[in-house]
Amino acid sequence: MRITEHPILEFLRGEEITFFFNGQELKGYEGETIAASLHAAGIRVLGHSHTMNRPRGLFCAIGNCSSCLMVVDGEPNVRICVEKLKAGMRVETQQGKGHLK
Amino acid sequence: MKEIEILIIGGGPAGLCAASAAANLGATVLVLERDGEPGGQLVKQTHKFFGSKKQYAGDRGYQIGNLLIEECKKNPNIEVWTDTTALGVYEDGVVTAERQGKHLKIEPKKIIVATGASEKMIAFPNNDLPGIYGAGAVQTLMNVHGIVPGQRVLMIGAGNIGLIVSYQLMQAGVEIAAIIEASPTIGGYLVHASKIRRAGVPILTSHTIVEAYGQESVEGAIICRLDENWQQIPGTEQDLNVDVICLAVGLSPLTELCFQADCQLKYIAELSGHVPIRNEYLETTRTDLYVAGDVSGVEEASSAMVEGRLAGISAAYSLGYGAGVAPQLQAEALAELSELRSGPAGQKTVKGIMKLMDKGEAVC
Amino acid sequence: MLNKTGIPTAEDVKKVSPSEERLKKGPVAIIECFQEIPCNPCTEACKQGAIQPMADINNLPKLDFDKCNGCGLCLSRCPGLAIFIVDGSYSETEAIVRIPFEYLPVPKVGEKVAGLNRAGEELGSFEVVKVQSGGQKNKTYTISIVVPSDLAMDVRSIRLGGVRHAN
Repeated sequence: MRITEHPILEFLRGEEITFFFNGQELKGYEGETIAASLHAAGIRVLGHSHTMNRPRGLFCAIGNCSSCLMVVDGEPNVRICVEKLKAGMRVETQQGKGHLK
Repeated sequence: MKEIEILIIGGGPAGLCAASAAANLGATVLVLERDGEPGGQLVKQTHKFFGSKKQYAGDRGYQIGNLLIEECKKNPNIEVWTDTTALGVYEDGVVTAERQGKHLKIEPKKIIVATGASEKMIAFPNNDLPGIYGAGAVQTLMNVHGIVPGQRVLMIGAGNIGLIVSYQLMQAGVEIAAIIEASPTIGGYLVHASKIRRAGVPILTSHTIVEAYGQESVEGAIICRLDENWQQIPGTEQDLNVDVICLAVGLSPLTELCFQADCQLKYIAELSGHVPIRNEYLETTRTDLYVAGDVSGVEEASSAMVEGRLAGISAAYSLGYGAGVAPQLQAEALAELSELRSGPAGQKTVKGIMKLMDKGEAVC
Repeated sequence: MLNKTGIPTAEDVKKVSPSEERLKKGPVAIIECFQEIPCNPCTEACKQGAIQPMADINNLPKLDFDKCNGCGLCLSRCPGLAIFIVDGSYSETEAIVRIPFEYLPVPKVGEKVAGLNRAGEELGSFEVVKVQSGGQKNKTYTISIVVPSDLAMDVRSIRLGGVRHAN
């Protein structure tokens, strides 16, 4: 959920843009991270672990922990907590460890 | 190869203050910041800071952050590279970094490492479920992007971060089910605790999390009381209906670059982990490499700013800048640090630094 | 115990309370700061010379109740939101309590809000008589509510709705 009013802060959001999560069309704002847009849309499960297949979510949100790796426009292992959203981006949950092109 | 007099790794409170202090004495400075914006965690702090006027007391963290960023922007001696991650510090003094997919080499005369700290994790069943966040992640989502992490939160840890982030969640309209703390007393400032408590949020000391549960993400948590030996007391379990568990269980200094640069490090519990051995002007055992802020021992942002200033002055002075004024400025910064650490709240840091320095002098 | 629960004890509060007589005279600050931490903005905020400068920044603030006129400058400056203004002279049976406030929505004058004690327990529904903005930079509102005189040293927080969200 997005905060519309805050007692201390103001949120200056960029332009509203469209992107795709596993093929589903979603809205987000330019300038925010992919993780922020997914969270605002209520998506908290970002993938599953390699061996135990346990759900994985956002943990550190600053590019430290690698809990949020996803496939973005075909590139695997993107830390979506620090990668900025762009119009038309295709964000997909990653199966396995990903392959370098 | 980019040549620069002083390279600062990390654009948080310590790094920005180091940059301003060094540049004001005439040195040319480059700051590397891996995030898209400088300011570090300061820009996520909505509460008014403690300390004195010299550390901007009474101003809110994000306001101080903006002020430090502005000061650096105005100073022609300072260059800030954002979206730039330092990768390594080599034997010949070359520092490598990644910026927009490019591998860069920088050759500085002096290096100030101000990389900050990372959040600690604790072990409990299902601690990997989505919906369990480090407190810093909640701050980033909420105070940078304006997105709340959920509806109802269990906060683990009643240190300053646990208390402050709980208050920030309440300000964003999120309910706090409870703040739990394993230790028998609240670790953070009691004024923070009191303002949360009087709004109706229970702060439960001598309590721990037994487990989190949920299918694909957090649906609840079991907490229980601890006895005086920190053992769980059977029969005291409570089931909390929460969709977010926030961990504020301490920070570890981010010392990887110091390790790699072959600085001598020492484990000091009071400073929250392995920290580089350094002299009083914050120069490590690797000549020309300084540290400042949480990487040199986890503390408040107020002291990180003063440490940054001290490291900046010291690095510039060692390059021949500020001959007339630097010793005086160093003395002022040292006096501010000992003032900030002189009370009961600073005892732990003082003890940690004493341990670190004793050994440091023996080794040097 | 304050350091176990966050709730100041009656003894803690007594240490920072003025006399009944002083309370009856007019507005006065109650500085509920019980822990030595490095912090001194209240001493610089006071224009009456009522909060003495600190020899050591970790000292607890010392307030001279007779010099204090209850202006509230310290209240809006305190980083810990630990200062309240109590005016026991409001009427025979009622007092005004001024409370720092940093939530949304901000209550309106005339509105009834729940008054809470230091443990967050509701003590009743009280009328808001004054709402002061902290301004662009400070942002801390101060809310004045009318409470029965015997609750003037107990009501320390208010409760209304939460922040509004949109999807």
